[in-house]
Amino acid sequence: MKIDSMEALETARENAVSNIKADTHRILVCAGTGCIAGGSEKIYDKLKKMADEAEGVTVEMIVEATGEFHPESVNRDSTASSGSDIVSTDGETIITAINGDFMEKEAAASEMKEETDKTSKVTTVKGRVGVKKSGCHGFCEMGPLVRIEPYNYIYIKVREEDCEEIFNETILHGRPVERLMYQKDGVLYRQQEEIPFYAKQTRLVLKNCGHINAEDINEYLAVGGYQALEKVLSSMTPDEVINVISDSNLRGRGGGGFPTGYKWKQVARQEEKIRYVVCNGDEGDPGAFMDRSVMEGDPHKMLEGMIIAAFAVGAQEGYIYVRAEYPLAIKRLKIAIAQAEEAGFLGDHILGTDFSFRIHINRGAGAFVCGEGSALTASIEGQRGMPRTKPPRTVEQGLFAKPTVLNNVETYANISMIILNGADWYKSIGPEKSPGTKAFALTGSVKNTGLIEVPMGTTLREIVYEIGGGLKNDAELKAVQIGGPSGGCLITSDLDVSLDFDSLKSLGAMIGSGGLVVMDENTCMVEVARFFMNFTQNESCGKCVPCREGTKRMLETLERIVAGNGKPEDLDLLQELGEAITDTALCGLGKSAALPVLSTLKNFREEYLEHVVEKRCKTGTCKALVRYKIDAGKCKGCSKCARNCPVNAISGEIKKPFVIDTTKCIKCGACIDNCAFGAVYTEN
Amino acid sequence: MLEQSYYEKADEIVAQYGDEARFLIPIIQDIQSCYRYLPPELLSYVAKKLHINEAKAYSVATFYENFSFDAKGKYILRVCDGTACHVRKSMAILDQLYKETGLSKEKHTTDDMLFTLETVSCLGACGLAPVMTVNDVVYPSMTPEKVTELIKKLKEEG
Repeated sequence: MKIDSMEALETARENAVSNIKADTHRILVCAGTGCIAGGSEKIYDKLKKMADEAEGVTVEMIVEATGEFHPESVNRDSTASSGSDIVSTDGETIITAINGDFMEKEAAASEMKEETDKTSKVTTVKGRVGVKKSGCHGFCEMGPLVRIEPYNYIYIKVREEDCEEIFNETILHGRPVERLMYQKDGVLYRQQEEIPFYAKQTRLVLKNCGHINAEDINEYLAVGGYQALEKVLSSMTPDEVINVISDSNLRGRGGGGFPTGYKWKQVARQEEKIRYVVCNGDEGDPGAFMDRSVMEGDPHKMLEGMIIAAFAVGAQEGYIYVRAEYPLAIKRLKIAIAQAEEAGFLGDHILGTDFSFRIHINRGAGAFVCGEGSALTASIEGQRGMPRTKPPRTVEQGLFAKPTVLNNVETYANISMIILNGADWYKSIGPEKSPGTKAFALTGSVKNTGLIEVPMGTTLREIVYEIGGGLKNDAELKAVQIGGPSGGCLITSDLDVSLDFDSLKSLGAMIGSGGLVVMDENTCMVEVARFFMNFTQNESCGKCVPCREGTKRMLETLERIVAGNGKPEDLDLLQELGEAITDTALCGLGKSAALPVLSTLKNFREEYLEHVVEKRCKTGTCKALVRYKIDAGKCKGCSKCARNCPVNAISGEIKKPFVIDTTKCIKCGACIDNCAFGAVYTEN
Repeated sequence: MLEQSYYEKADEIVAQYGDEARFLIPIIQDIQSCYRYLPPELLSYVAKKLHINEAKAYSVATFYENFSFDAKGKYILRVCDGTACHVRKSMAILDQLYKETGLSKEKHTTDDMLFTLETVSCLGACGLAPVMTVNDVVYPSMTPEKVTELIKKLKEEG
């Protein structure tokens, strides 16, 4: 149905809300990439089938979600049919027992809790169970996740076999299935919000992710979606919109931290009237997936931000550039765009006004450099995705050489809440110069991996130890790599530094797109540097010499070092090359290409020296530096190893311990594999 | 020379977008998803349709990593070697796949056209590291043992 006026939008929203209200229960099955990999689609199908079959049955609802429950006290008027407690009695009158939306239900529940002083209240209602596929909850490691409203129970690691128990216990009787709930240190967490991983977060951008059906525009409307657009179109001028965004100090979430309002202002004042709004969803940084989660879990929030941007700068068309590696995000965005067009949030005369705007999707084709603005626009134009020299800047001559607003997914997802709550509200979150929240992908050797959102300025310690739950196997923290191949390493002494654009820059690191990879004592930092250099070298587009040749030489040097052929002067060479590339490369990718090396050189020089001087890798990661030795106590002198050695590096007298000549040894491992006495061992 | 049906398919895809140069990438993406590779003949054909010279089209197709002029196997195995997977030992997964399929850094597709093995920089499923995909289906928390099982299963399915 086309919404062609503000009044019609109000009606549509009321309908959407009452439609959700009509569900007595909602089962939200996480359908993010991670949970789908864990089999969540089958879980969805099964629960959906059960819910459809149980349409209209009387179910018991516990009106006190967290306390104890007494199922015996319930009026059991049901008679079993089709193997479960499914009945078709008339529950119409009882459904009013709890009225209102979920918020009210929860409020009612807590009130009742106080009244009855911890005795739970059970009521029966005629059930209508909505089973929905939600976007990513962020707690991917615990997936597949299933959330049950109104109780807000979160079930983790759910398997297909668990569906019946979930349905029969929780849906039909309001009883929690405790074995599927998150437990830590002997504490059972029934509700998602109580789990330490979530409790320490501030989820604003990701608020709806995991809580609404990402493929249904009505669910977005029901949680207040497109309210900001309504406000903008009915009561604000483009300049006012830009001023609010400028005042809010919102800075681009793609990594650079450029003030968004200023960017919009620059586009708005261009003489050229054909303008574009482009969304950078080419989240190429390995170890980052926050944009993917927004596109998959709450695509309309991002679209709304883009539409508002288009209104503010007077653009007629918009493009979303998404990585081809994110097929689900592309699918959900296509659905969202089609629904927004149908509802009249996109297309001609949006909400009955004179404002018209359309959005197209372009898929990336596997080039990291396309995350750079001018390369991205070149790619949309059908060219090789290579950056160009600036000026002219993208705001002056961007896509198709027209003024272009180019922002990142997360930036657009911030817009609607700033419009609705005002710039001052936004500035009250985090440091004033870099306010708001930031989503981080917390991965690596940390207990709780997943997607998190915290106010800017949160310390690394809070993220790693409180939200992340500390390191896996309680290992020692060595470094946290932030910002992917363009970022740097933070070390233990940086744990209390506030994470925001400015303070990280002073440490030689950057937020980048927000990947946080936690590394423990078993990680070799030289190998990490080699890994990133290999990545950037592969992805260098080849246009400018410093990046094309410089990264290649740096990679060769690092490869030499991990292969055990490094020299002490290599470290100076790396430093010199790195600084030269940083100073002279053409684009942001090149300018930051050397950062991972420079930052590890600064923080872990000792480790580099061990590799080049002692030819030793303490972590055992660099296989070429491992030494093979024979334990004289265990060796029986059988000579089997010597006979198996392809390079004659082992020698000795029969019945006396043999010795390996490490200068000849090629570390093939034949001796270890063949020793019957376990006498051959490796030393890092 | 390809069969006529290939050119008809290309016509169909070009018609969906229009014959403008800016649609080159989405058009060849669609062709590739249809045949699991980009037949070079079709690239030349599409270039003509879009009124761009062949060299230009070739420069675009070779710039982006996703395009392949070589036919790919029935199962495209992609091992993620993003940071999170890398620190959780994705290289051991790749080594095991090399071992199981007989492929190597230089040889990407098996002679029986069953498997193509590639590495990707990040699949964005970092919470489940190390991950791999088989024709875009994600397999989480891989181990060398799981690789052996998976390859065995795929070989049986043929």
